[in-house]
Amino acid sequence: MNMVDARDRGGPRQPLLTVEGLRKYFPLRNALGTVSAHVQAVDDISFTVAKGETLGVVGESGCGKSTTARLLMHLIERDAGSLLLDGDPVGSGGVSVRDLRRQVQMVFQDSYASLNPRHTAVAEIAFGLRVIGHRRAEAEAQARQTLRLVGLDPDQFAGRYPHEMSGGQRQRVNIARGLALNPRLLILDEAVSALDKSVQAQVLNLIEELKQRLNLTYLFISHDLNVVHYVSDRVLVMYLGKIVEIGPVDEIWRNAAHPYTRALFSSRLSMNPADRVVAPPLTGDPPSPVNPPSGCRFRTRCALAEPICAAVEPSLLAAGADAAHAAACHAVQAGSGHSLAGGMTHAA
Amino acid sequence: MTEIAVLPATAHTPARRPPQRGYWRNVLKRFLRDRIGLVCLMVLLAIALAAIFAPLLAPADPYRTSMIRRLIAPGEKGYLLGTDELGRDMLSRLLYGGRVSLSMGIAPIVLSTMIGGGLGVIAGYFGRHINMMIMRVIDVFYAFPSVLLAVAMAGVLGSGILNSLISLTLVFIPPIARVAESVTTQVRNQDFVEAARATGAGSARIIIEHVLANVTGPILTYASSLVSVSIIISSGLSFLGLGASPPTADWGLMLNTLRQAVYVAPVNAVLPGVMIFLTSVSFNLVSDSLRTAMDVRA
Amino acid sequence: MPRETTGQARAGRIVEVQDLSVRFVTRDADISVVQDVSFTLDAGEVLCLLGESGSGKSVTMRSLLGLLPPTARVGGRVMVSGHEVTRMTERQLESVRGPVAAMVFQEPMTAFDPVFTIGTQIAETIVSHEGISYRVARARVLELLELVQIPSAARRLDAYPHELSGGLRQRAMIALALSCSPALLLADEPTTALDATVQIQILLLLRQLQRDLGMATIFVTHDIGVACEIADRVAIMYAGRFVETGPIDTLISHPAHPYTIGLLSSTVHESSRGRPLAPIQGGPPDLADLPGGCGFAPRCVARTALCDQVRPTLIPFSTTRAAACHHPALETAPA
Repeated sequence: MNMVDARDRGGPRQPLLTVEGLRKYFPLRNALGTVSAHVQAVDDISFTVAKGETLGVVGESGCGKSTTARLLMHLIERDAGSLLLDGDPVGSGGVSVRDLRRQVQMVFQDSYASLNPRHTAVAEIAFGLRVIGHRRAEAEAQARQTLRLVGLDPDQFAGRYPHEMSGGQRQRVNIARGLALNPRLLILDEAVSALDKSVQAQVLNLIEELKQRLNLTYLFISHDLNVVHYVSDRVLVMYLGKIVEIGPVDEIWRNAAHPYTRALFSSRLSMNPADRVVAPPLTGDPPSPVNPPSGCRFRTRCALAEPICAAVEPSLLAAGADAAHAAACHAVQAGSGHSLAGGMTHAA
Repeated sequence: MTEIAVLPATAHTPARRPPQRGYWRNVLKRFLRDRIGLVCLMVLLAIALAAIFAPLLAPADPYRTSMIRRLIAPGEKGYLLGTDELGRDMLSRLLYGGRVSLSMGIAPIVLSTMIGGGLGVIAGYFGRHINMMIMRVIDVFYAFPSVLLAVAMAGVLGSGILNSLISLTLVFIPPIARVAESVTTQVRNQDFVEAARATGAGSARIIIEHVLANVTGPILTYASSLVSVSIIISSGLSFLGLGASPPTADWGLMLNTLRQAVYVAPVNAVLPGVMIFLTSVSFNLVSDSLRTAMDVRA
Repeated sequence: MPRETTGQARAGRIVEVQDLSVRFVTRDADISVVQDVSFTLDAGEVLCLLGESGSGKSVTMRSLLGLLPPTARVGGRVMVSGHEVTRMTERQLESVRGPVAAMVFQEPMTAFDPVFTIGTQIAETIVSHEGISYRVARARVLELLELVQIPSAARRLDAYPHELSGGLRQRAMIALALSCSPALLLADEPTTALDATVQIQILLLLRQLQRDLGMATIFVTHDIGVACEIADRVAIMYAGRFVETGPIDTLISHPAHPYTIGLLSSTVHESSRGRPLAPIQGGPPDLADLPGGCGFAPRCVARTALCDQVRPTLIPFSTTRAAACHHPALETAPA
């Protein structure tokens, strides 16, 4: 498993991906075509993805998790911020977008829409290989191998069109397409969310197995907390374009610091008819990312909100005993001015 | 991928599924089950073959006139479909006329599908400014009624088959471009195009391998529905003297020259019209059946 | 709504389904999507139809209101509040939809007309069914919006559907369904499209409304967690048939059908971390090509030769439980 990757430059301690101050605002145009407002989809987020880990990203719709994935893939242009791939800046002078896409690949949520309805499985997988210069025969031979890798018998599935496969089989083809270019980082954007539970479990097992086998690093985006808990090493919680909490998965599950993370946890369905949820942890819907609240974006739904939360935007600081655990909440940051926070000394 | 091992067999069990069939094979299967479409296709094939083999099939020279044998009713004196106002054999003229009329129905559509379809796909794929530039120009042309535009064009260019071909092509570019643009815009926003971009492929490659495969079907069906319009407009141009010029055998032109005889020999005068009607209706119905057969969901 | 216009329907049996079968007949295929489904439902009871895609759960529920596409061929008998739905014309069905049974959909945007305000749309439904004046109806809409806990309800009366957030739209949809005080509420994955923190709010609201109004409720879902939160009884569906039925608590704690067992072990839950999941093998059934015996046999761990030859029927194995399986896991189930 610990084979040395020739592309590894900075050694195991250098993050595979470093994201600094990433920002994307989508302009909203009125009827006359002038920009009237911005959707603040992703607003100044920074994080790292370590080599070989699975970083889970959770959050509700509109929190910016899918936009983040597309920004990392350069499918949309970022407004601000920088990306470092194994220490090298992506963009001018550093890693080209083309090279980035050989090392970072993505699996989309909708297994049907993300496959070309007129392409067979093998043609779809071979496409990327042909783009990077393989001949058709060579690319297709390799694509058949990749099909086998994701548990589909090439003799049976190579010639199938998307409508001739089930959702689980299609998602395996999608994963195979992502893997065909032999990436180091695979972004899984709600990749198992649309699957039936019985099939979801199969694909989750496959994803785990592939990670071990191919030395992969995952960015696993999902709204399903149980699934994220199952696959992730670390978790990043997003709310309205901001990171509200990040840390090792067990630490967050035991000691969630941010009120939003805690509310997400108590919104989970009980799976036990004798122990049903009695009161909803939050009221209302997440506000629109068009004009997000000032200060802390969660304050409008937060039970702990105080004037300081509206005035000052909390920054992502260490929370709790684990140094890798950080939260953006005044209530847990000593010296923030929040009545629940401690004195002037910063907690370790 | 350096070393790839097979996953344990537990990863999947073979699904019980019918044998693999391509999309177009399915379309063909469904089309063959459509009676009306099939009959109309037969009619079209018959007309096309008759036109192609006109020199072999025609009982007489379509251009030989005879003043004493004018406007003979169909079936009389050995003329299966009678003669026209100059005593030429109607059957032969209709057979030969099919060559001009069918070509004038199909050729402009083929040309405008290539040009308009290409413009529409480019506009739809790239969007934004490129879309704006292409589609606004198209819209200007689209704003004219098609018949008027064709007449105006042919009027400016002068009469003749080539000129009416050019004007018809120009007439059909805007509608085809608009359809191509709208289907391309839909396809372009699908995840699989984004996935193709994520592999690092360039725009040209994505258009050729991913977009075209998904838009040619709808564009071709739409274009095939325009063939009948093209036949009618080209006949109209000939009728007005802007298309084929006498003595060429052309259904539209024949309709024009025979119109004075409509009270004397009504059947003869109507025959070219019947051919135009039959051909255009068949094209429309075939195109309808094709569209139904291509609809995966039905 | 504390009104009792259809009060006589409030007690006793609301739904009686006998041998329901639904086929979809198109030019290319004739597919059985629901077969041999029978069940009853009393007032105040919540039944969950639980199954994966293609199990026929949604079609089963829609056939209670005659809400099926024209390609559907329905067999068997469906009685809702004394009306035999399977024999009714489209016109008669319209009079049943609303006062007798109402439905909440997964995507409320499709249930509302985008060009009218929600207040107008709900009021017009009431006017058309009860013949009261628009003014009175509008006052009732306000009550309804408050009932479904829409904040500042008076202001939302004049809101267009697109102006509401997903959670509020679903609440408005529920208000619309309740507007004619139905005896039976049908809910088709009403929380699937919602965020987690909103989903739990809507589930709790539905649970409370169902209890307060004493409605019989059928809930279609693919999510065991949702069933655990809301159901009294559950019917597990697979390939168009009921494979297991019973009260939610014993069914979850002691599943008898191998499919139910597999479904539970496939579902990722809090304590799954660190061990491989035990998914059901294989893919979803192909309804056009079902095996002759048990539909689940190709994926089943307990499969024997008998399963391939004889289709098991739904047989009770205790006073409240039944399973359609030749080899149910009865030793673990309570008697």
